[in-house]
This record gives sequence, structure tokens and C-alpha cells, in this order.
Amino acid sequence: MDVWVYIEWGAWALSALFAALIVLDWIRTDSSYSEEVLTSSREGEIEALTESAAHEGTQK
Amino acid sequence: MTDISRPGLLNPAGDGEARGTKVGLLRVLGPAHVWALGVGIVLVGEYMGWNFAVGKGGAYAALIACWFAGLLYTCVAMIDSEVTSTVAAAGGQYTQAKHIVGPLMAFNVGLYLVFAYTMLEAGNAITLGYLISVAADMTGAAHVLDQRPFIILAIVFLAWLNYRGVLATLNFNLVITAVAFAAIIVLFVATGPWMPGSPLAHADLMSGQAALPYGWLGIIAAMHFGLWFYLGIEGTTQAAEEVRSPARALPFGTLAGIMTLLIAATVTWYVTTGILPWEYLGDGVNGAVAPLFSAAQLTGSNFLILLLGVGTLFATLASANGCINDASRAWFSMGRDRYLPPWFGAVHPVYRTPYRSIIFLVPIALIFALGAPLDQVITFSILSGLLGYTFMPLNMILFRRKWPLRSIKRGYVHPFHPLPALVLMALCAVTYFAVFLGYGTQLIAMICFYIVASLWFHFWRYRFVRRADQFTMPWPRPQGY
Repeated sequence: MDVWVYIEWGAWALSALFAALIVLDWIRTDSSYSEEVLTSSREGEIEALTESAAHEGTQK
Repeated sequence: MTDISRPGLLNPAGDGEARGTKVGLLRVLGPAHVWALGVGIVLVGEYMGWNFAVGKGGAYAALIACWFAGLLYTCVAMIDSEVTSTVAAAGGQYTQAKHIVGPLMAFNVGLYLVFAYTMLEAGNAITLGYLISVAADMTGAAHVLDQRPFIILAIVFLAWLNYRGVLATLNFNLVITAVAFAAIIVLFVATGPWMPGSPLAHADLMSGQAALPYGWLGIIAAMHFGLWFYLGIEGTTQAAEEVRSPARALPFGTLAGIMTLLIAATVTWYVTTGILPWEYLGDGVNGAVAPLFSAAQLTGSNFLILLLGVGTLFATLASANGCINDASRAWFSMGRDRYLPPWFGAVHPVYRTPYRSIIFLVPIALIFALGAPLDQVITFSILSGLLGYTFMPLNMILFRRKWPLRSIKRGYVHPFHPLPALVLMALCAVTYFAVFLGYGTQLIAMICFYIVASLWFHFWRYRFVRRADQFTMPWPRPQGY
């Protein structure tokens, strides 16, 4: 049989494998952590921390 | 409440896993990753697509379009570098628009970004499937290859890589982008323009009627495809929340990226127009689909054919990879600000990536990659990108007016303000005209789509936004307010 047939099957199989890895981890993560923790990221927090640290540094 | 967004702060194990009550994106990237993100998204445009400009107006028209678009994108890179070195948050131009212009502009810019990158990702996957089918033909496959498993594999594998972590994703991009760029330089050196026996024959291929076959109108028509050489460099801004030093890494990576692309674009034009007749080069469907690869084939060197084949494949993969990274950050930022359901604003507690946004965009990319023609997908991407570029000069002028140089410390200050913003605005106007000549219906249809989306946002979605929470930068009050 043509080797490209096997390569096609391999591509289908790998696609299914990577999709399964993503979906399984997604389910595991969403069931292990609360929604509050997962969506706790806030824009600019690091900048705010850096600014306040710099501010404290100048006060000392 | 404890902050765990800085690795090692409350996690002595240093394994990056979240053990507190807050989860944020991980700051692990350097300037090289920013370069790899920007150049990686774009370099596929050197390998294919730009040559439609030759078909529109001949080789000289393509060169003029290449350099005009280069000027446009140098303005984009300078403006982006200044604003992003100050607005160091995921979302890139969306976040800039939110802080500088206002929510409705930000919502639109966020949509431009997501559509531009997701459509480009789909276009790259289609191209990758095509390239593999060409490889199958060249190696004597006994049947017509089914491209679908390769298209799906490319999207799902790269989504998995992005899901698993930004550092591995952009290390991968750094390697494959460097190989693809090196392949262009090797082809240039191998053709030996300075040697008497060089295969380059510009004088023969570009004289007489071939110089400017459609006159000056051809140059304007070529402008649309000149964008292809650089489309996506502005994507470097999406890394803002994940670089260790935004003020240094973002300007450095972005400006190094545009310099790399100016070199790659000019070298690409020079080599291919010296080897391929303009009629063949300009036909990207039935002629030179991948012009650098076609040029390598005409040199007769097996090494160059293999190298440029690998370069084409790597450039396509790098672009799709960077697009997944950027589209997911923009979508994530909009979810985090509640411009979209907050469910999308989740960060993976172990891998520290916007995993739900990455997953959500996979089926959308697959639908377009498997169900839409390549030219429509790419046109939608370019038009969304162009709308984004039109916002940038307005954004820059407002940024300098509201927060003059002395009011906020910037990581980079671009020179000659407001000249780059005005040049960018003028070039966008010319490009709109060029796009209207070729794709007027699509342009109008897309603007209608964004108007409907804006109405939805204004009359429905904005009620869910926590208005005070969305402005996070520790900036002084804008001048005049």
C-alpha cells in the first residue's frame, strides 16, 4: 500500500490524540479548581505592585 | 489575598504551579521570543502571497508596494513599541484602545485582532495541507492526498502546544522562524548576485513592457498585496503580559522584527524577480504558488529545493502558531474585562495560559480552514488587520495628547511624532482604495458586520462590564480631564 495512506492515518490519529489531551486536561482542570481561582487574573496587577514597590522604595 | 502570578514568590518548589488564590499569566519571555512571535507570524508572507502584487502591476510595482508597505509597518512598529512599552498587558491594541480611546473602540479592535489572527491561522493550515499534498505528488504518491487530516493536525497540535505553555510555544517559534529566515538568506547567497555566472537575470526579465505592464495604476493595485510582506508584526504586543521586562523586550523585539522583515522582503523580491518571469511569478494560483520554492527549483540544486521546502513549511507553522497565541490573548483579555463572558478570562493554574480562549478558537479555525476558500479567508484577515492599522494613528495622537511625554515614563519614545501617525493614516487610505478596487464587496460586508457587532456591544453587552475595574494602569489623570 502507498506510504502516504499510512501517513494520512497517522495524521488522523495524532489529531485525535492531541484533541483528547486538551479536552481531558480541560475537564480535569475545571473540576479541580473553583471558577473564582481560574478567573482570578486581573490586568495590571504586576504593574500596580511594581509601582507601589517603587513608591515604597523612594519613601524609605 | 495572595498573589501567585510571580513564579517562586509563594511557591518555593518553583515548578510554576499555582498554589494561592490568584492565577495570572507567566512572565517568562525575553526579546528573542517577541521577535519570534512577530517575525514568525509574518514570514510566511515572504514565502507566498506577496507575489500577487507582481500580477497586479509587474515586478517594479511589487518593489514599490514592498517598500511603501515597509514604511507603513515601520510606523506601526514604532507606534506599537511606544504604546505597548507603557500599556504592558495582554490584549495588545485592544488594551491600548481601552485605556486611550474608549470601550466601543476597544471592543472593535479586539474583534479585528481575533478575526485577523484566526483567519490567518486558518489560511496557514490550508496552505500547510496544500504543501504536504505537493510533497506527496513529488514523492510519487499513488492517490490524491486527503489534505484534511494535515489541516486538522496542524491546528490541533499547535493549539495543544499553546495550551501547555507560552515558553515552549515561543521557543518552538524561535527555532522554526530562524530556520525559515536563514533559508531565504542562503538562497540569496547561493544565487551569487556578485558573480558572473549568477542565474539572476533582472535586465532581461524586467525590461520593456515587463517593467510596468499596467502603468501607475498597477502600482496602486499592488499595494494591497504589499501588506503581505509584513502583515502581523503588530502581534508582538500580545506578549506584553508575559515578557519579563516589557519596557525593554517589546520595543527591542518589535523593532528588530521589522528590520528582519525589511531585509527578508527585499531579498525575496530581488531573488525571485531575477529568476522567474513576472507573468509566472504574479500568478499565485496556477504559477508560482510558493515563489521562493519555485526559485530554488530553477537553480537545480537539490539542497536548495529541500531547504526552501522546509523553510516554506516552517514559515507556515510558525505563522499559525503565533496566530493562536495572539488571538487567544486578545479573546482572553476581552473575557477578563467582561466585554465577552468572563468564562473566557480563565488562566490554567498549572500551565498559566488562557486555556479556554485557546480551546474556544480551535473549532472556529477548523470551520474556516475546512469550509472556506483560501482567498476569502486571507482577504477577511487582511481587511481586519487594515481596520486595526487605521485605529493606530488615532490612538497614538490621543495617547500623546492625553499623556504627554513628561507625564508617564515610556520604555521607548518614537521619533518625529506626529509624522509616523500621519504617514500611517495616509498609507492606510491608499491601501483602502487599493482593496476597494479588488475586494469592494467584501470590504463593505465586513464593515457592516463590525457595525452590527458594535450595536450589540453598545446596547447589550456593555451592561455587564465592571466599568471602574477595566482601567488598570497606574497613570495620572489624562490632560484636560
